[in-house]
Amino acid sequence: MTLREIKELLDAEVLVGQNQLDKDVKSAFVADLMSDVLAFATSGSLLITGLTNPQVVRTADVLDIAAIIMGRGKKPSPETFQLAEELNIPIIATKYILFEISGRLYSKGIRGCIEKVGSK
Amino acid sequence: MRVDEKPIYEGTFTVTGGNFDNAGEVSSNIKSVLKRMGLSRDVVRKASLVAYESEINIVSYARKGMIRLRVVPESILIEAIDEGQGIADIELAMQPGYSTATDKIREMGFGAGMGLCNIKSFSDTFLISSEVGKGTYLKMIIKTNNRSLNS
Amino acid sequence: MDLASIVKALNLKVKSGEDKLNTEVRGGYTGDLLSDVMANSKEGDLWVTRQVHQNIVAVATLKDHAGIVLVQGSEPAKDTLEKAMKEGIPILISDLSGFETAGRIYNLLSKKTA
Repeated sequence: MTLREIKELLDAEVLVGQNQLDKDVKSAFVADLMSDVLAFATSGSLLITGLTNPQVVRTADVLDIAAIIMGRGKKPSPETFQLAEELNIPIIATKYILFEISGRLYSKGIRGCIEKVGSK
Repeated sequence: MRVDEKPIYEGTFTVTGGNFDNAGEVSSNIKSVLKRMGLSRDVVRKASLVAYESEINIVSYARKGMIRLRVVPESILIEAIDEGQGIADIELAMQPGYSTATDKIREMGFGAGMGLCNIKSFSDTFLISSEVGKGTYLKMIIKTNNRSLNS
Repeated sequence: MDLASIVKALNLKVKSGEDKLNTEVRGGYTGDLLSDVMANSKEGDLWVTRQVHQNIVAVATLKDHAGIVLVQGSEPAKDTLEKAMKEGIPILISDLSGFETAGRIYNLLSKKTA
């Protein structure tokens, strides 16, 4: 699924990364705990979160995450926005809650980047 | 890692305790340095992750600290040295889910008691020592599995 | 859809609240920040989280959640389980990641209403 299709599906706004809308993703990870993301998310996945601080972008950078989806109507702080621009990491913002985002993406064929712990 | 071996890269990065706005900057720098050397994606990822969790620990729990990076052809050595509260019970601190994090740290998405576990599981060698009231020392080695590096 | 059907479909491990599995699940909520879950989740939600701290039981009780699903095979802390048993809050464990768990529950719930 491309970021463009994801934007449509989630009725979302692309805040950073307008130039990367053709990027294709197949997997996702949802969490508000960055240490969990660091332990389990794989590169090239979507990161779905309700956090908006610069650490989300740092975490995405460390892991080579394809794009950050910020749910719950949250917008990145100015520092977060600036850092994402600098590191060229797309941020897609939507009003939907993380459960709805996960459900919609799952229905369209996106899968968890790990299925079970220990199976990555 | 042989001590006498001439490093391809050697650098020290300062980390300020309590400064959450810039937390992760050092790790981003370390990641760029390692990427430029032509190390594999997986190795860069492991090393930056280890550096990042260590950096977050210093920012969260110490007054100040530094991260030392030393790269030789076979491996990456990362040391995180801080001056701070230290860890009273290392065995307890290593347990997944154990945390002494403040609400502020938790709001940032950290402090879930996974940091040290992550560092350990992504390192090939992991050593920790600490003294209460003085600080903590972490030593991590990540193998590069790489014979030809750009210096 | 009741909790028992979801337990069966996702092969969840029931740690507490065995007698509450007939509870109707009205929706789902994914989140690991307790203040956010307090503010935004709804009555009858099945809460999907990675937090295992005992405070999750208080949140689920106050918000009248249908139950809590701990993901990635996370076991509840000892205090958490004791509290959940006392309050009669179902704690269920999923071996799957949060994304897979939420995705599958979402599909089950939307099939039911469609």
